[in-house]
Amino acid sequence: MSAVTMPAPPVDLTPGRPALLADSGTLIWRGLARWRRDPGPLIASLGFNILIVLMFAYLFGGALQVPGGGSYREFLMPGMFVMTMVFGISLTTIAVAEDLERGVTDRLRSMPVSPLAPLAARAVADMLFALVTLGVLLLTGLAIGWRTHGGIGATLAAVGLILLLRFALIWVGIFLGLVARGQTAVVAVQTLEFPLGFLSNAFVAPSTMPAWLGAVAAWNPLSATVGATRELFGNPGWGGDSWAAQHYPLLAVLWPLVLVAVFLPLSVARYRRLAG
Amino acid sequence: MTTRADAIVAQGLRKRYRDRYALDGFDLRVPQGTVCGLLGPNGAGKTTSVRILSTLLRLDEGRAEVAGFDVTRQPDQVRYRIGLVGQHPALDEALSGRQNLVLFGRLFHLGRRRARQRAVELLERFGLADAAEQPVSTYSGGMRRRLDLAAGMILAPAVLFLDEPTTGLDPRGRNEVWESVRELVRTGTTVLLTTQQLDEADQLADRISVVEAGRVIAEGTPDDLKTRLGGDRIEVVVAAPTDLAAAVAQIRRAADDEPTVDVDRRMVSVRVGHQAGALVDVLRALDAVNVPVADVALRRPTLDDVFLHLTGHRAATVEVAA
Repeated sequence: MSAVTMPAPPVDLTPGRPALLADSGTLIWRGLARWRRDPGPLIASLGFNILIVLMFAYLFGGALQVPGGGSYREFLMPGMFVMTMVFGISLTTIAVAEDLERGVTDRLRSMPVSPLAPLAARAVADMLFALVTLGVLLLTGLAIGWRTHGGIGATLAAVGLILLLRFALIWVGIFLGLVARGQTAVVAVQTLEFPLGFLSNAFVAPSTMPAWLGAVAAWNPLSATVGATRELFGNPGWGGDSWAAQHYPLLAVLWPLVLVAVFLPLSVARYRRLAG
Repeated sequence: MTTRADAIVAQGLRKRYRDRYALDGFDLRVPQGTVCGLLGPNGAGKTTSVRILSTLLRLDEGRAEVAGFDVTRQPDQVRYRIGLVGQHPALDEALSGRQNLVLFGRLFHLGRRRARQRAVELLERFGLADAAEQPVSTYSGGMRRRLDLAAGMILAPAVLFLDEPTTGLDPRGRNEVWESVRELVRTGTTVLLTTQQLDEADQLADRISVVEAGRVIAEGTPDDLKTRLGGDRIEVVVAAPTDLAAAVAQIRRAADDEPTVDVDRRMVSVRVGHQAGALVDVLRALDAVNVPVADVALRRPTLDDVFLHLTGHRAATVEVAA
């Protein structure tokens, strides 16, 4: 022992216990602090979404046939709301993949942090951003002439369905982030967002597609949410003869629940399997 | 010194990846308050062992205890008592240095206030107070490592794992990190350090375990390991190539061992064990037959030599440098 004794640490380092809620809260704080420090990606994402709406509203507007001859922009917006819920998924995937790659996930796993907290915090933080995104998109829609004709209840229900879909897709994004390693995977997710979005009833009637493609589009979870919200907002839509098209509201609830039921446990299992 | 308890005990660790054993009967004991260097080339199993001991990876067979707790059965007890600093700084690049430490302090459940106080304290101690509010993305390599070390030290852990802590740093950053590690050791932390850099193990470690193919193949103090090579060598460079034969004969007799000759460099070298007078004997013998000496050196074996001797091949980093 040296003659000089170390001074006792002035901060009491007796730790508390791991707790899912407290740990998730801390990690949500981290997500928000990150965005405040580096808002670039979020602003880019919002800007991209607004740009897409304006492009469809002003550039492609004339080329699309509105069913029943209603307002084109009222027809357009429910599809746009849902599309933007899809476009945010790569942000989730990037955040999860980056923490893995940078070793932050390993650091958290080497600490007494509740094992579910990192994933739960990711989901909550990204839901908060989804709320902002949807808010901005609703305002953009109102600005270019979109209106809801449903009551307050129906309108809120529509918003709820859109957010429910996003919640489900976030878990898909988390899972992909855990599975995918490196940049290529992220690019793949970003690339897939477009076909996933377009292979739906958002812009084109499934009945006009080749039969098999139309069936895929009709059963696309996105179509369910688009169809259901068009009904709830009282905006023009395609209708359709398929069973799926007849039951969009039901499917708009069921599909996200199924996705969560599949991808949440898969993500948790995958996270636990990081221990080999 | 009284006998100290072991801070790290690993017995017969095995870990299989598909058809290959990354660890295959890995044994290790690290007494409290010491620095153990795990030395070995890429793929020897160093990182795998650290990942198991720090509860990141499940072991297939064997038993491991860290700070008195079993890593498999009491992982959270272990996690409260260890710090892990991996090959790359595990930090949130967007957050400031202070925010990173507060984040990890809160995740160690210090509570907001104590986490903030501890962050300030550590930033000061690791010489990062001036950069505390800057985002980590603006930090130099050495600063990142020090912040990473600070993050590993939040609860003043009993055991600190350093997995190749100076990978990719320039000499200055390397020295900064080495200084910080020495400072931590002075406060009584047990350190398990993995490295491919032989001088790093020599600089920091009390004892070195040489790892190859998933097990420890040799263990001892840096000096022990060097001694196993049979001690020092004398290297004599003669002035004229024509003197080589005479020099070899004299050196053989004086040192009582068979010298090796490097004709191109006009160098004769011989193993002399630990005889302090050997150098003088050799020089006298050469002088007696009038062989002029251009250069002479007494060389202690390096850890490079140790590695070559033990494994039959050079450490990966040495190969690159050669």
